[in-house]
Amino acid sequence: MWTFFHRLASPPYFYGLSGRLLPWLAWLTAGLLAGGIFSGLVLAPTDYQQGDSYRIIFIHVPSAWMSLFIYVVMAASGVIGLIWRIKLAEIVSTVSAPIGAWFTFIALLTGSLWGKPMWGTYWVWDARLTSELVLLFLYLGVIALYTAIEDPRKGARASAILALVGVINIPIIHFSVEWWNTLHQGATVSRIGAPAIDISMLIPLLTMALAFKLYYVCLLLLRTRSVVLQRERNSAWVREELLGT
Amino acid sequence: MKSLSEFLSMGGYGAYVWSAYGICTAIMVWNVVQARSQARQTVQRIKKRLQQGNNSQ
Repeated sequence: MWTFFHRLASPPYFYGLSGRLLPWLAWLTAGLLAGGIFSGLVLAPTDYQQGDSYRIIFIHVPSAWMSLFIYVVMAASGVIGLIWRIKLAEIVSTVSAPIGAWFTFIALLTGSLWGKPMWGTYWVWDARLTSELVLLFLYLGVIALYTAIEDPRKGARASAILALVGVINIPIIHFSVEWWNTLHQGATVSRIGAPAIDISMLIPLLTMALAFKLYYVCLLLLRTRSVVLQRERNSAWVREELLGT
Repeated sequence: MKSLSEFLSMGGYGAYVWSAYGICTAIMVWNVVQARSQARQTVQRIKKRLQQGNNSQ
């Protein structure tokens, strides 16, 4: 296991392996997305309380999960980069930030489009909504800090520290619906006991969640490959990879 | 089976549901397109540089 991680951290090995994996992952993601959207919009029954407006859940909840998941990946790989100076971990951390910011934006936007017909407003300063907005600003802060520092490795270290400090917001977002009396509904899937959602709605939701996770992996690999190639442009393996000599 | 217009109206919530799905799709597609063109450009640029380096030697 450790030897695998060691090998994975070597740029030429990562570049070769990710290049072989990407087409398969991309097709799997596309298939899951198509299946998830079809079952969410067509097969899943209409909700008895919220009508068809609830169908926004199939993109809202997976993107909100991704906004938290990517933040943790970004902070964790940032710390690994800080401590062990592994270049690949630094790249994974900095490349994750814009993807996470986009998912946070999607979560906020789809939530607002769901809130208007159900709560009667696009936005309230509710604990869940506010802490998710803070998450968006944290992402933007990490991106801004990284781009402001000219040396990419120094930039990666500075933004990793900021990302680490911001981790405090993650449990706040997760538990906000329990700690405060919020307008946002409580957890329906990740709670003790059976999920409070019917299986016919749970399957498309989990399909979409898996599809979004794979989408992130694909985008992460694609973007990391470009940065790795750019950073290693003077090394022998890049020459061999691109020119075959 | 529901009719197509019934499906599109989403029980009166069509505007909300379709704009949510539309914007989400647009963002996700744009991100992939952008990343792919960046990847292609990086490969092209480095290839060109390496080839120029070969010629000057």
